Amino acid sequence: MPYIPHTSNDLAQMLRTIGVDSIEDLFDEIPKDLRSKLQNIPLGQSEMAVQQQLFAKSLQDGTPLCFAGGGAYEHYIPAALWEIATRGEFYSAYTPYQAEASQGTLQVIYEYQSMIASLTAMDVSNASLYDGASGLAEAVLMAVRANRKAKSKRILIPESVSPVYRQVVETIVKNQGITLELLPYDQRTGTIQVNQLDKQLNKPDDAFAALIIPQPNYFGSLEEVHQLTDWAHRHKALVIAQVNPISLALLEAPGNWGEHGADIAVGEAQALGIPLSSGGPYIGFLACKQKLVRQLPGRLVGRTVDLEGKTGFTLTLQAREQHIRRSKATSNICTNQGLMATAVTLYLAFLGRDGLQKVATTCALNTQTLMHLLEQNSDLSFPFGDRVFHEFIVQLPVPIDKVLSYLAQEDIVGGIDVSPHKHSTEQKNWLLICVTETKTEQELHFFADTLRSICQQINNEESS
Amino acid sequence: MSNIPPELKYTASHEWIRTEEDGSLTVGITEHAQGLLGDMVFVELPDIGDEFEAEQDCAVVESVKAASDIYCPIEGEIIAVNEDLEDSPELINVNSYHEGWLFRIQPLKAEHVDNLMSADDYAELVESEAH
Amino acid sequence: MSKRIIDQDAEPLIFDLSDNTRQSSSLAPKTGSEQNNPLASHLQRKSTLDLPQVGELQVLRHYTRLSQKNFSIDTHFYPLGSCTMKYNPRVCNTLAQLPGFSTRHPMAHSSISQGIMSCLFDLQTILKEATGMQQVSLTPMAGAQGEFAGVAMIRAYHDHNQAPLRSEIIVPDAAHGTNPATAVMCGYTVKEIPTNDQGDIDIQALEKMIGPQTAGIMLTNPSTLGVFERDIKHIAKLIHQAGGLLYYDGANLNAILGKVKPGDMGFDVIHMNLHKTFSTPHGGGGPGSGPIGVSERLQPFIPIPIVAHNEQGYYWLNEDDLPLSIGRLSAWMGNVGILLRAYIYALLLGRDGMERVADYATLNANYLFKRLVAADFEMAFPKRRASHEFILTLRKEAKNYGTSAMDFAKRLLDYGYHAPTTYFPLLVPECFLIEPTETESMADLDAFIETLIKIKAEAKESPNLLKEAPFELPVRRLDDVKAARELDLNFYHQE
Repeated sequence: MPYIPHTSNDLAQMLRTIGVDSIEDLFDEIPKDLRSKLQNIPLGQSEMAVQQQLFAKSLQDGTPLCFAGGGAYEHYIPAALWEIATRGEFYSAYTPYQAEASQGTLQVIYEYQSMIASLTAMDVSNASLYDGASGLAEAVLMAVRANRKAKSKRILIPESVSPVYRQVVETIVKNQGITLELLPYDQRTGTIQVNQLDKQLNKPDDAFAALIIPQPNYFGSLEEVHQLTDWAHRHKALVIAQVNPISLALLEAPGNWGEHGADIAVGEAQALGIPLSSGGPYIGFLACKQKLVRQLPGRLVGRTVDLEGKTGFTLTLQAREQHIRRSKATSNICTNQGLMATAVTLYLAFLGRDGLQKVATTCALNTQTLMHLLEQNSDLSFPFGDRVFHEFIVQLPVPIDKVLSYLAQEDIVGGIDVSPHKHSTEQKNWLLICVTETKTEQELHFFADTLRSICQQINNEESS
Repeated sequence: MSNIPPELKYTASHEWIRTEEDGSLTVGITEHAQGLLGDMVFVELPDIGDEFEAEQDCAVVESVKAASDIYCPIEGEIIAVNEDLEDSPELINVNSYHEGWLFRIQPLKAEHVDNLMSADDYAELVESEAH
Repeated sequence: MSKRIIDQDAEPLIFDLSDNTRQSSSLAPKTGSEQNNPLASHLQRKSTLDLPQVGELQVLRHYTRLSQKNFSIDTHFYPLGSCTMKYNPRVCNTLAQLPGFSTRHPMAHSSISQGIMSCLFDLQTILKEATGMQQVSLTPMAGAQGEFAGVAMIRAYHDHNQAPLRSEIIVPDAAHGTNPATAVMCGYTVKEIPTNDQGDIDIQALEKMIGPQTAGIMLTNPSTLGVFERDIKHIAKLIHQAGGLLYYDGANLNAILGKVKPGDMGFDVIHMNLHKTFSTPHGGGGPGSGPIGVSERLQPFIPIPIVAHNEQGYYWLNEDDLPLSIGRLSAWMGNVGILLRAYIYALLLGRDGMERVADYATLNANYLFKRLVAADFEMAFPKRRASHEFILTLRKEAKNYGTSAMDFAKRLLDYGYHAPTTYFPLLVPECFLIEPTETESMADLDAFIETLIKIKAEAKESPNLLKEAPFELPVRRLDDVKAARELDLNFYHQE
């Protein structure tokens, strides 16, 4: 029997010890008329049979060339990384509540927290959250809690934040009386213009709890983070930086934005060693200034000593969490993404500072290469220019859904359709393209050529 | 049996209240309460000038095993807080009635103090909760 | 006892192994370096970036050694009540990591995502059948997020029916802490309902509590007390008559798989913890996965996206198809890689194997229960049948020997057993919540029983062996007070 080691002798002896005739007797407290059997689920299969089916399913759609990003990024993952992360001692360990029996996991998380804090130039990081989108929601809740002085539950969220992130934030915070106020982006740059921000306020001293600043933003463009941070601080609001961790090897870290730095840094850390895997499991990171540490939701690991004075690690500040504080907890979260945090720690340890800088620079240079190749096609344009990290928007002469469908037939994931259908009177065909260090020169040429010929093909079809 | 000074007033949520000469009230948690909570690690205090209604939560004391709300015993305005607790929350464990005081409040209606529990009533409450 | 349970040697921090002048290895691309940072200069990073610079083998050894300082299912028995620490079949991990699955971008065109979408669709169908619910959404990323989705749907349902009066969620006093925390996140007031001395809900108290203000009740069944809530039909009737809805916390679904379905008990919405019932890895604390199932009346509010199927193949249902949905909970589709592991596990078990999960989990629990009673351990509910777990109270030992449940727990670690869940539920003094799971053999259970008996003897003869335990692990008991007072959370930021 799968995963049940009992022999028939064991069973007989156990039933005798319990004092019942059959296993069925153990369910005698469940009302009879509620009982039912499982019907429409197949019978169990051998491991070999299941493996054969899953091999077939995994091969069914090939392994296409990927130019999509939008919050999920393809990067090279060192071969040793998942070998270590899926060791049984990490993979099948429980949450480290029994600190003495979990020093491995706890020390890894302490190292993770230190690395995330370093990347973002923040004082403290938590042990991770589910993903970047739900992490942004937690950052919003945290900012409202922390900024009680402003007595405002209003959050300014730019339209240049990923639309799916905005949806997730809304789902999670909407029942708590928090208002999310959308800031429009500038049509020429795709970014938030500081000189437009004051217009957003009804009166000069109009209070808001926090401003979210995405860097790079959803369109791949770079925001004027220093000016934006100072503007929000002048209005006594907190700054939530939503950042891509790979880009932080090249871009200024949130802790050093503007005069005083962002107050909270949040984002998706999937890029650091976690496979795309259709969108999950990923990992959200959340870091903040020391003064906000008690508002930080989720687990935290601290370094301390044991009763002999030996260094050790333990979960700390647990009194704020749901299993103790129940209805007054900072959040209902009761897990981090332990295994994913282990993978991120391994990634940053394997790559190191120098390696991460090389990955980030190669992403940026490859992106520029593809933009140059696309530029040679006069039918294409870059509505928001080229001040980007590793993602950009290109405007095509034909509908994007068709382009993506045709590219799929060529075994290419061509990007994400971000055409502004809802707000625009004129038809704009906008494709969000991402290029990372994984793409070779030939692949970039191949993609540029294929995109050009598909656009022509669609044009021909539509004019005929 | 823990120390319950007879000259103080009490609440069912384990705060003690001392009337000062100027009519303001000093508030802390009882020795019994600090014993239940254990080693204090953090105290979150209100700001001077904050106004609270009676029984509104206005501070949090946090030990390793629990974070507990402190309820304002009486309607009024905060006029002082014990800033020493920021760096030394253990003062509450050392002496909850003196160095471990939490905040001072100017009551809106001073006569409401009479409605609070006496030391005898509080002792009875602690006794009954033990069973 | 001289057996070394796990590696006890101190391991330095990765940062202590770092040398800033060391260059990166072949793991980084050969092109590009910080010197040719092509980005706008005023936005470039000027602050130092501290990350360890360590050789590949040294990194590998460091983390291998750290792993050896952990207990894990693969190495130790974890009788951890409510957490269901059973074997995580290796094949589930191996197959979920196949390149065709792991390299797929979430926005890949559906025409080249049919393989993974068919797996997800089949899993939705299997979970619907196993729970007796009308529709399943796989998107919640953990049990607590499933709970959030469930209560948010209850709220959306009442709001849609213009019932703004309904402001209260009823939660048993023994419930998981997430239940009240979730209700508050959804804007509800929590009403705690007491449990009677037999571990059932106090019906009289419930009747008094229910009214036009009741939005719903959150229950676990079998409850967190390790017994089946026998009055469930009556409770469902009371709540439904008052216009409220029933929420099923699926933490203990493994105990009733193939025996009774939450849908048949009258629940309107449930969450499942796939890392418990469907054996996906705990991973040292996540990733979890908390799909939800709903009855017909909550179907319009289900979180997006979900997978649908027609003649053309599989496709996503999103906000355009489900305009009343509570919305999106993750950027994409939840923890697909974990869902895939649960799907593989479900295929291996089949309906026959799923029934055996409840059978043998319950058998193992009741065997432990009876043998521990025989060894003079006190049970919290001695007259009840144990479900897949049960509660033992060590209050006698605490009184007689001055040894707490925590002391017993720490001493168990010395013998190579992970401690049972300690001090939960809060109702029972000095308690252990013990859940052996179906994947442990009788011989393993016997050895565990002998160890508990031995520790009890130690408690009587030399209680300090318990009070000062553990002795055999990488560290002795840690100074939690120092950890909280002198926060040290970041190697690079020492105050």
